[in-house]
Amino acid sequence: MISIDLLFEAVLFGILLGCFYAAVSLGLSVAFGLLDVPYVAHPALLILGSYFTFLLSKTGLDPIICGLLLMPVFYLIGIALYRFYYETFERRSSDTGVRGLAFFFGIAFIIEVCLILVFGVDQRTVSATYIGSSLEIGEYRFPYRMLVAFGIAIFLTTLLTLYFSKTFNGRAIKAVGQDEGALRLMGANPVKIKQLAFGIATAVNALAGAMLIIVGPVEPAMDRIYIGRTFCVVVLAGLGSMSGTLVAGLILGIAESVVMMTLGASWAPAVSFGLLLLMLGIRPQGLFGR
Amino acid sequence: MKYSIYAFLTILAFLGLSLMNVNEYIFFAGFVILQFVVLATAWNILGGYAGYVNFGVPAFIAVGAYSAVVLFKSISAPLVVQIIGGGILAGLLGLMVGLLTLKLRGIFFSIATVAVVFILETVVMNWRYVGGATGLQLTRPPDLWIFDTYTRMLFFVMAVLAVCSVSIARYIQDSFLGRGLRAVRDSEEAAECSGVPTLKIKLIACTISGALMGIAGAPMPMYLSYIEPTATFNLNYSISALGMPIIGGTSHWIGPVIGALLLATIQQVVTVTVSNELNVLVVGVLLVLFVVLAPDGILGLIKKWKQSSK
Repeated sequence: MISIDLLFEAVLFGILLGCFYAAVSLGLSVAFGLLDVPYVAHPALLILGSYFTFLLSKTGLDPIICGLLLMPVFYLIGIALYRFYYETFERRSSDTGVRGLAFFFGIAFIIEVCLILVFGVDQRTVSATYIGSSLEIGEYRFPYRMLVAFGIAIFLTTLLTLYFSKTFNGRAIKAVGQDEGALRLMGANPVKIKQLAFGIATAVNALAGAMLIIVGPVEPAMDRIYIGRTFCVVVLAGLGSMSGTLVAGLILGIAESVVMMTLGASWAPAVSFGLLLLMLGIRPQGLFGR
Repeated sequence: MKYSIYAFLTILAFLGLSLMNVNEYIFFAGFVILQFVVLATAWNILGGYAGYVNFGVPAFIAVGAYSAVVLFKSISAPLVVQIIGGGILAGLLGLMVGLLTLKLRGIFFSIATVAVVFILETVVMNWRYVGGATGLQLTRPPDLWIFDTYTRMLFFVMAVLAVCSVSIARYIQDSFLGRGLRAVRDSEEAAECSGVPTLKIKLIACTISGALMGIAGAPMPMYLSYIEPTATFNLNYSISALGMPIIGGTSHWIGPVIGALLLATIQQVVTVTVSNELNVLVVGVLLVLFVVLAPDGILGLIKKWKQSSK
């Protein structure tokens, strides 16, 4: 039996991990949760963000700055991707289910293989002053890299929550998922709004990718395990809820951390996928879903 | 009638080929190509006819393969028993996945199937008896039947399995089941209202599809004389098993066969001449191109070409 102390430490680490998981899932929460696009390529773009950060950070820039610099680039990638998806699938509205899924699944594999061909299968890391050292409070140690990720996660979630509730465009994005026709009557163009939302979702992914490579080494095939983590968080949260995403991330983080502590790291991948499957089987609309 | 003669002749041709004195590599590569014919055909029964996209192909392959390993290790069962056992267990997994379709459609179903892959992989990784994460070396039994080498025998066995799977898919397509599945794909509500027993036919389709993927995976351990979870549960199987029918054309049973023969052959050539990673890229790029430019696959292109030449 493990001690309460160890369990407490696992929960503390889980909270940090959970915020990190929430942040890498935010983009998916917008693209899939709000817009209903079968965005299976999200984890692959996340890893792409990490690799771009890796490249940029070679110039001596801080990884966080790299992530921020990449955001406009990813915003444009997102817009292009949605534009293409809209023109080929949504507008023709022919059997989007199978083809849309196959399209994004194909894109995910193309990104992964291109990363392997360019960078090889080795793990890549970045260096910064805060990577490697820890903050010690009493007997507990908090790695600075996790604290940085925690900070970015809170920042991104707050920013998106405010954006979606306070600004016109943000509210329009929330509305487009519910009733496109009504939005059109309010004088907003649903396609433009969706394009904007998809751009934002992908831009967030750039910073999340930077965070991913700060937290730990990254390899091209990592997107596969993140399919489970990101979709688990989004489904658990209930589609499209930003604050729900944070709570769901925390649940996953704590669960994964406790399982790692009790059963060992080899069981960790099953946690996110197990939670996901459980949730899909019992309550597909999520914890905070409508 | 005509079809069964052709099917029989195909099997005879494969038997003849595997007894002929040709380069051994043909059988080594041919096994993989025929395996993809089975996988693509099996995927199409659920994905093409009913429109449920299964990303969890490696889970079924692995259930087939690991059942075979357990049967071989515990009672040193012969290959046929391994294949039947693998098929039954993978069919059961298919039935369970089918129950998920009660609540889940579209991307939710697909993501759930990915989850099945990773959960089973983690279980196998932690299961000592079948070798855990490091894998397990297997010694092939000397039983060769009438063939010179074990690879030739496996090649012929896979050829028989391929012909059987295609025949099953062909039968399903024109039966009550196939018509029902197509109705489900177009509109599940409308199908249910018209008296199609949607749940029942979805469960049957999932079970058959899963069982066929299982039998495709069952000879794998003997083929490689080795089994290891990371390669067995590789999602690369998903992109191929899904890409081949979509590239070939999902509406007819011949579509997946064309797609699998074409792509798996290209993949084998690419693997030998360039690299292993590139063969995934080939499927990925072709899949995206076809989905965007020729949504009905090669079959659709042929149809269009025939119409315009008239």
